[in-house]
Amino acid sequence: MPDTTKHSIETADDGVVKLSLSGRMDLERFGELTPLISTIFDSYTPSRLNVDMAGIDYIDSSGALFIVKLEDEARARSVAFALSGLSREKMGILSLIDREALAKPSLAPRERRLNLIEQLGNASIIAVKDMYDIVSFGGELIYEIGHSATHLRKVRWGDVVTYMKKVGVDGLPIVGLISFLLGLIMAFMSSLQLKQFGANVYVASLVAVAMVRELGPIMTAIIVAGRSGSAFAAEIGTMRVNEEVDALATMGFSPMRFLSIPKVIASLVTVPVLTIFASIFAIMGGLIVGVAGLNLTIFTYIQQTMKAISIFDIVSGLVKSFVFAAAISAVGCQRGFKVRGGAESVGNATTSAVVTSIFLIIVIDSTFAIILHYIH
Amino acid sequence: MDFQVYPGEIFVIMGGSGCGKSTLLKHVIGIETPAEGKIWINGTDTALLDDSELRRLHMGIGMLFQSSALFGSMTIGENVALPLTEFTALPMKDINSIVRMKLGMVELAGYDNHYPAELSGGMKKRAGIARAMALEPAMLFLDEPSAGLDPVTSAELDLLIRKLNEGTGTTMVIVTHELETIFNISHRIIMLDRDAKGIIAEGDPRVLRTSSQDSRVTDFFNRRVTKKKHEGMTT
Repeated sequence: MPDTTKHSIETADDGVVKLSLSGRMDLERFGELTPLISTIFDSYTPSRLNVDMAGIDYIDSSGALFIVKLEDEARARSVAFALSGLSREKMGILSLIDREALAKPSLAPRERRLNLIEQLGNASIIAVKDMYDIVSFGGELIYEIGHSATHLRKVRWGDVVTYMKKVGVDGLPIVGLISFLLGLIMAFMSSLQLKQFGANVYVASLVAVAMVRELGPIMTAIIVAGRSGSAFAAEIGTMRVNEEVDALATMGFSPMRFLSIPKVIASLVTVPVLTIFASIFAIMGGLIVGVAGLNLTIFTYIQQTMKAISIFDIVSGLVKSFVFAAAISAVGCQRGFKVRGGAESVGNATTSAVVTSIFLIIVIDSTFAIILHYIH
Repeated sequence: MDFQVYPGEIFVIMGGSGCGKSTLLKHVIGIETPAEGKIWINGTDTALLDDSELRRLHMGIGMLFQSSALFGSMTIGENVALPLTEFTALPMKDINSIVRMKLGMVELAGYDNHYPAELSGGMKKRAGIARAMALEPAMLFLDEPSAGLDPVTSAELDLLIRKLNEGTGTTMVIVTHELETIFNISHRIIMLDRDAKGIIAEGDPRVLRTSSQDSRVTDFFNRRVTKKKHEGMTT
């Protein structure tokens, strides 16, 4: 069987052009065949075009498309067209080509590109709507939490324990490792400066205060947002795509109560505990630098740490982490419930859950900084 | 089990739920590897091929998945164009012509800029067929093409499959348990059975329906509940 489509062009005095084709006419040869259309009509300017396909061994729909395009071009130029030599069996492929479809305009033209002002306007509308959605979801969530507090037996405690394991126990290794390294780095970097003033012992104070008041809650919250907030959004989003959320609603369950409350309760319990662990691991990191690099004793380091942090620091850090936990779990669930469509929407919800959570963590932390400044 | 599919025919793999129809299909198209046994495609033992040879072989195979599996982030036109842009050196102008032609063949002309989410179930199946046939495969596999479609849409899809088979000569292997589809379009069938763990019937379904000696086959074709299945039910 020949590998290429062979063609020959014969011309007669009366302007009749005969195109003879042989071999295979398929997708692989389509790119070689299409330039032939302009060659025939521009170089030979036929008054009639006869296409002989007797030598064709194989033709697929791409080959048929070439013939249809050739005929359409002939019609457009008012050139008589005749096709011969193709067996009845092979003619079947030509009947599959819908000529109107080739020229039919798209029913949904692509959206035009918005200019800068339109894009800004669109983004503003989306941001306001998004804020409205979060606030209304928050209100609904608070109502459901209140309902659950008065109907404790209806809370799905089994799910709460499962999510406590997922958020807390499974998250502890990464939270511990990052906090430990953070404490180590903070102690090492600050020691380079403090050593010059003979203030080695204050490395312990710096690590303790920074971690307990600020970095512990923030770092833990960011890790939980990345690990668990995204997982909440993906889980609920996938359930939406599979109509499981609709199934819950039609069975008479409140999807919010069924799916969100266990996640929120688990987060509210575990994130503050993780925050405590984060501070302990960071202090241990600082302790290693203090003992190994600054010649402090373990006792001195711990004593200085205890002296530096107050009950107020610990409580404010824990309260902050509690609020962070509420924000992360609520945003994760809300983004999951907003999923419409398919896999892409789940991916968008997951990304959005993490980005919005981190943004809210920073906003909440700034608010706390101002409030605590006036309280303390 | 041992069976052959001949060029140009519409071959149906049928059987009750859970008998392994879709699993068999996944093994044939190479998504899963058989623990034992051999699959020959165009005279080639697929077990002897390395990854790149297997990929090349599979480029000659089209597949319509049960859920259509269209990429939601791409338009229908982009879905159909994807294999052409990936595996051919054709210029975009030619690819666009072929995409329009393919969409016309499955009666979706004009829907090239629509997203899969904007189409009905039947339209998604047709778009899935257009994508599966983009590279002019010699064999097209269809997993439950009528699943989730109303009877009219299902019958329209059957007609389309038959039309494409007759027009292009593409060999079609269909997994289904829809009797309407089986009688409307198949040339030959094999019937799998869960308990027998293999093929219990092979041939023309119109003949098997009336003349099979196996009650499992006639029960299936005539929608009769078998005694065994009935035993577990309470009245």
